[in-house]
Amino acid sequence: MITAGIDIGGRDIKVLLLQDGKVIARTKAAGGFEQGKVAENLVTKAADDASVQREHIERIGVTGSGKKYAPPHDVDITEIGSIAKGATFVMPSAKTVIDSGAEDSRGLKVENGTAKDFVTNDKCAAGAGAFCESMARALEVSLEEFGKISLTSAKPVPINAQCAVFAESEVVSLINSKTPTEDIARAVNDALAERVVAMVKRIGVEKDVLVVGGLAKNVGYLEALKRGFQTDVMVPEYPEYIGALGAALAASEQ
Amino acid sequence: MTAHETARAETQQENRELWRWEESRWTNPDIDWKAGGIISAGIDVGSVSTQCVIMVDGELYAYGSLRSGSGGEDSALRGASRALEGTGMTVDDWHYCVGTGYGRVLVPMAKKAVTEIACHGRGANWMYGPSIRTILDMGGQDCKVLRVDERGKIVNFAMNDKCAAGAGRGMEVFCDFVGVPITEAGERSFQVDEEPRAVSTTCVIFAKSEAASLLREGWDVNSVLAAYSLATAQRVVELMQRVGLEPELGITGGIAKNRGVSERIEKEIGMKFNARTWHNPEYAEKEVPFDTQIAGAAGAALFAKALAEKQKGK
Repeated sequence: MITAGIDIGGRDIKVLLLQDGKVIARTKAAGGFEQGKVAENLVTKAADDASVQREHIERIGVTGSGKKYAPPHDVDITEIGSIAKGATFVMPSAKTVIDSGAEDSRGLKVENGTAKDFVTNDKCAAGAGAFCESMARALEVSLEEFGKISLTSAKPVPINAQCAVFAESEVVSLINSKTPTEDIARAVNDALAERVVAMVKRIGVEKDVLVVGGLAKNVGYLEALKRGFQTDVMVPEYPEYIGALGAALAASEQ
Repeated sequence: MTAHETARAETQQENRELWRWEESRWTNPDIDWKAGGIISAGIDVGSVSTQCVIMVDGELYAYGSLRSGSGGEDSALRGASRALEGTGMTVDDWHYCVGTGYGRVLVPMAKKAVTEIACHGRGANWMYGPSIRTILDMGGQDCKVLRVDERGKIVNFAMNDKCAAGAGRGMEVFCDFVGVPITEAGERSFQVDEEPRAVSTTCVIFAKSEAASLLREGWDVNSVLAAYSLATAQRVVELMQRVGLEPELGITGGIAKNRGVSERIEKEIGMKFNARTWHNPEYAEKEVPFDTQIAGAAGAALFAKALAEKQKGK
């Protein structure tokens, strides 16, 4: 059976196809202004990529903060539910899952593919990918580069602002005062991780710790998380598709 | 193209700085500073704007208000020269200068730094008069509610300096996003058929993505502005209620110039702010500009005057 998972996130839409427990296609695009249409096109594209007919997709599961814009589907699953399912599928030993998306960050305690407890911040962009993205924009580097250069910093500078809007002004001042880019990037990643660590500690952190969501591709952020949790963290191969995977799994179960 | 896309395209084309509010300066033509009075100055280096107020014997002589630069010291110097423009006065003529605001310790010519809370209380009392008991100051990166006595001394206060929701910087970011000049935002937020519900009252970043969805659903830009202004008002009202509202009410800071926010606050609390005019009838009569952004610097200049007198007395 082939199922599709659609995850309409704060920034990107991710689509994944699953055939008998194996992922056969992954594709994503920025949601933009017409998320429903973008999602539909992504499903078609995924089918093409996997060389299967669109009609052969038997069931579709949707998740994500923008799932109300999703095209017709069979299963609708919460973000927490899809993350727990997807994370357990890629790493059965994961007990704590950190999902760092564009517009929210959350921590989950998982057991047997479901969330036993969770904590989330969807009220404020501090600690979410949008924060990192606006800082990378201010520094004029790509998000991936942003993570890499932060690893080369020898002298991180403190960032006092908690608010992403204020932090951006602070970063602009740092740039103007000729602070090295790598030190600013390190400071931003440390600040991000600090907020997430403080939040996730509220539900207790148990190994193994898996980090998913788009921010998991930022190696500087991962390093900062490791320092914060004082434990190693794992990252799956396609961290941003875990929600879509969970949705596709949910569609295949029912 | 949707209305929003058109607005965005126009913005990009013109490359206008929609957040840019008007800088200003003013000199009192009726005062001869060379006549030997005490010259005191207050410089308020905020995170977004800087003001310098110069007083002669406690009377407003000149002020300048401009956007803060990257460094506090540089902003203070630029603020001072803006206020001094065309007066023939130099910083050396000042008997005493007090620095205030976020960058108060960076003001090179200041002999003393006083907190912005104290200065705003004092300055608002001087502008609005002794019957003001509650002051809402909506600054660039913070929002403060001050309860003061009849002399402008702080009795209680609450402050949000952690989050851009409810601060001027948030409004700048939002205006840039929807493509409306910040000086027109207040007016335009009332050009709607019906008052909409508020957008997310918390994060400006999230309010922006919510605004994008609303535009996608077919809302017009003015309605989105109305929804954001209402959210800002609601956010501020929470803070006001925490310290309690005792009449009369005064409003200061940059957002005091945005009726889209101030009138929505009034509606939420069921009370009015005092009219933005001078308590001092002479100032009102002479049409001295009533600039709500100078309250902090004015308070600092008044403290500076008292300190100069004390210094002289010794």
